[in-house]
This record gives sequence, structure tokens and C-alpha cells, in this order.
Amino acid sequence: MKIIVWIEARNGQIKAPSLEALGSARNLAESGSGEVIGVICGPSGAKAAHSASTAGAHRIIIRDGESLNDAIADGIADELVAIFREESADMVICAATSTGKEVIALTAGTLGTSVAADCTSITRREDVIEIERPIYAGKALMQQKICQFPALVSIRPNYGERLEREAATVIEQAATTGSSVRRTGFKRGTVGKIDLAEAEIIVSGGRGLKDPANFVLLEELAELLQAAVGASRAVVDAGWRPHSDQVGQTGKTVSPKLYIAVGISGAIQHLAGMSSSRTIVAINKDPNAPIFKVATYGVVGDLFEVIPRLQAQLKSVLQ
Amino acid sequence: MKIAVCMKRVPDTATRLTFAADGKSVDTSEVQWVISPYDEYAIEEGLRIRERAGEGTVTAITVGPEGASKELRQALGMGVDDGILAVCDEPLDPIQTARSLVAILADRADDIVLFGKQAVDSQGAQVGALVARLLGRPFVNDIAAIEVSEQQVRIERDIEGGRETIEGPLPIIVGAEKSLNEPRYPKLKDIMQAKKKPIEKVTPQTGEPSFETVAVTTPAPRPEGRIVGEGPEAVDELIRLLREEAKVI
Repeated sequence: MKIIVWIEARNGQIKAPSLEALGSARNLAESGSGEVIGVICGPSGAKAAHSASTAGAHRIIIRDGESLNDAIADGIADELVAIFREESADMVICAATSTGKEVIALTAGTLGTSVAADCTSITRREDVIEIERPIYAGKALMQQKICQFPALVSIRPNYGERLEREAATVIEQAATTGSSVRRTGFKRGTVGKIDLAEAEIIVSGGRGLKDPANFVLLEELAELLQAAVGASRAVVDAGWRPHSDQVGQTGKTVSPKLYIAVGISGAIQHLAGMSSSRTIVAINKDPNAPIFKVATYGVVGDLFEVIPRLQAQLKSVLQ
Repeated sequence: MKIAVCMKRVPDTATRLTFAADGKSVDTSEVQWVISPYDEYAIEEGLRIRERAGEGTVTAITVGPEGASKELRQALGMGVDDGILAVCDEPLDPIQTARSLVAILADRADDIVLFGKQAVDSQGAQVGALVARLLGRPFVNDIAAIEVSEQQVRIERDIEGGRETIEGPLPIIVGAEKSLNEPRYPKLKDIMQAKKKPIEKVTPQTGEPSFETVAVTTPAPRPEGRIVGEGPEAVDELIRLLREEAKVI
């Protein structure tokens, strides 16, 4: 079984969920005979390939060229399809980041199949791939068999497995395609540097913060923890935070290692979007808030007293 | 300007789910249906593109059982000109839904086809992309702004660290993000008028599925959590637990 893994890199930096996707692919390959081929598209691929080389790929193909300098998912998918066909591969795997979901869906369209999207588990029994994926933002879990090849799978960030294997052979190739849609500009600002869907730690705020200006408390805490800042639907709808920060069924579904909910009561549609987080901390003054039902650790109290103390103590512990 | 919006009905996000007797699907008999929230942004933007152009038509298309004509009527009430329902009672794989839509879209020569960025039930975020590839048209998901001029579109979307601008040709297929607009509420007069607007029913061409569903279940409940304490005095213990027990910081 030949498995293509799209490795996502930005400015030469590998995205952590891509390393997990490589690990999951290698596990599949090792449960029978198989080869894992990592693919990196765009400039500074060589630097990126170096930091991904021991994560599970047997080979890494770097595709670069003018057409990929300002390529979006549409252009990257063309390269993946070309490599898939040249290699006569059987599977494509990537991390289910925002771009990853788009790239693999476009690849699937050209290959004429569906994507098993945002999987939390993937196993192989002889030549049958079995997956598990949350649906309804985590209110239900779906188990499926992929009944035909090519099989296309995206893996939810923080659910793959990081491995350490022999270094991959790296091959550089020229880009072969050019999409008609391209990036023509970029304006810094407004959106956090870490995408919520791939953050390892998220600090999220709700109505309890009382005023949009008070989010600075969470931003400082997030910086200390190298975390992303999220928000409840109530404060996004009130215009306190951008839509891209919203966690929940109509926002982002997240599964970080640590989710800290501050002043969030825990409406069902919010819980749906974050209850697959590994560890959940809830800080809320209402001891009956539903968020405490899913919290690993709860602190009942006034967030304006708890957060400054948390920040001060973390600072001395972490530095 | 010819515009199509592909939409899906989904259980209301506040619905508590129960499972069908076969253990392979959600029991929909008691479900309250709504238009998938992201599809509402797609419908609204389709209407705005038509309004800015000063001419054109917007068609809403869905794949689903007869009952899904109710959600199509809601779109017609918002101002969509006509609807197409590909009647299908069985749950479909994403590629089967895409093939059904392609059979409808292939002959229509739309300048732009809009989807929601994902349906909030199945959360695959893929049918729009699959359709784009099957039709051989470019695709951009998660759009936060769109300007359509002659044969050209300019799109903005939020990515990590900022907002990117994308340009491409028409015809194009796009997926709507929440920040795109604020969907209008239909007025009573428009809802009444919508009853007279045409909904065409077609038989979908689904082809073979990619998956076999083994089970749909309730996820295992989270292990019981605990209250660490009250007020700022609880912070030291919280940090100790995060470091020594959960080992996450």
C-alpha cells in the first residue's frame, strides 16, 4: 500500500498536525507492507523537509516552482493528484487543518471519491481501512469502513501519533501545474497567529468577561502558555471577538490538549465544539454552570480574581 | 448573472440526538430541521451578488427527501427565484451528493455557485470542493468577502495571522464563512409569495458510495471531573494538577 501524505508548511515551518499525519500513515504502512511518501509544496520546502524527515515518511517529494509561490489549496491539490497518479498510490492522508480539509477535498474530487474527514482514529485490517469520526460537532461518533481505493483521509489535529523513524530520502521536483485562482495579497492583523483548530492549548472567553476590553486578560494568559484565544458564540455574536475565534457547532470544533474556559457557561452548542479536548479547565462563578459537567478541573470563583493569580503563578512556574 | 446556491437541511444545533434502531444512523423522526447555518450565508450572498449586479437569477438546490422542500421554501422566502430538489430518502456519501448536484449544475452555466463552508451535521467540508473538481471549476472555501466583476472575482478570507486576498476567473465555486454577511429575515409578504415560486423535482444520480457505515454511537462520556476549589486560593492546586496529573503544561 502506497500512502501519500501532504505535509503542510508555512514559511519553511512544518505544522505539528502534519507530523501526526505522517505518524498515522506510517502506522498503517507498518501494519502490512507499505510505503509513506510525504509531499511538500511551495518555496522553502527543503528546510521544511529537513524537520519532517524522521516523522515516518520513507520518501519526501518537494514540489516547487513559480506556480506554487502564491498557490492556494486549488493549486496544491493539482500537485497531489499528479504525484498520486505518477506513483500509482492507494491513499492520501493529511491533517484536518483549514487548508488541509480544502486540499484533500479537492484532491478527492479529481480522484472521484469521498474524504473520510477529520478522523479521530484510523486502523487497517488487511486491506480494509476503518475510521472513526465525530459528527454533529462531537454529539455522535461514526464508525465507517472505506470500501474502495483510492482512500482519502484527514486526521483531526492532536489525534495522530508522532513517531521517530529513519530519515526519509528527499527528492526535489518542479511543479507541474498552475491553478487559475491565486493569492494576490495578504494583510497582517485581526486574526490570531495560531489557528484554533490546530492549537495545543486554547484559552476561551465568554460573557463572564463583561466587556470586550477584558479579553486582554486572556490574551496575556494565552501568550504565556503559547495558546490560541477562543470565544463563545454569545461574545462573537455581540461583536466582541472575530468569527474566526468562535468555538462550537457553528464555529470551530477543537480538540486541544488543554482547553481553559473562562466565564463560559457551556451551552450545548459550545460543549459540542470543545468536549473532545484532552483536559478541560473551567473557571466560572456559577457552580451550576453546565461547563463544570465536562471540566476535568473546575474553579468556582470570580474570574477577575482567579485569572490574575493564575497568570502570576504560571509566570513563576514556567520561567 | 446566473447564480446557484447549494444547501442542506440539518437538525437544529440545539437538538438532542437519538439513534435509530439499526445503530447506524441518527433517528430523524423527531428532529427539528433548519437550513445549515453556513448555507444561510451562502444564500444571502447569492442574493446580494444578484442585487449588486442589478440583474440575474438565484436558484437554490438541495438533495434530500420530499420534506426538504420546506427548507427550500425558506430560501425562496429570503428572495431566491426558484428551487431544485433532487429527491432522495437514503443518507448519501459526500461524493454521491456531489454527483447528484453535478448532474443538475452541469447544464446550467452558472457564473457562480455558492455553498456553506461545511454542513454542521456531517462536518465533512467537502461537497463544494468535490463538485468543483467534477465540473472542472476553481474552488475557494471559507470566504469572508467577495466582489464579482466581469469574468473575474476578488475574494477575501481569514487565515492564520491575517486576511488574504484571492483572485480568480468566473465561473467559480465558493464556500461561505460566517463573517461573510448577516442573513436577512424573510418578511411575511415574501413568505407568501414564495409559495408560488417553482420547485423542480429531479431524480438524483448518486453512483456508488465510498464508505460503509458500521455504527453511529454516543461518544464515551468524559471521565468525571472535579471542582479543585473556590476563588484565587484554588490556583496553586490547579497548576499542580495541570503539571503533575494532566501533564499538559
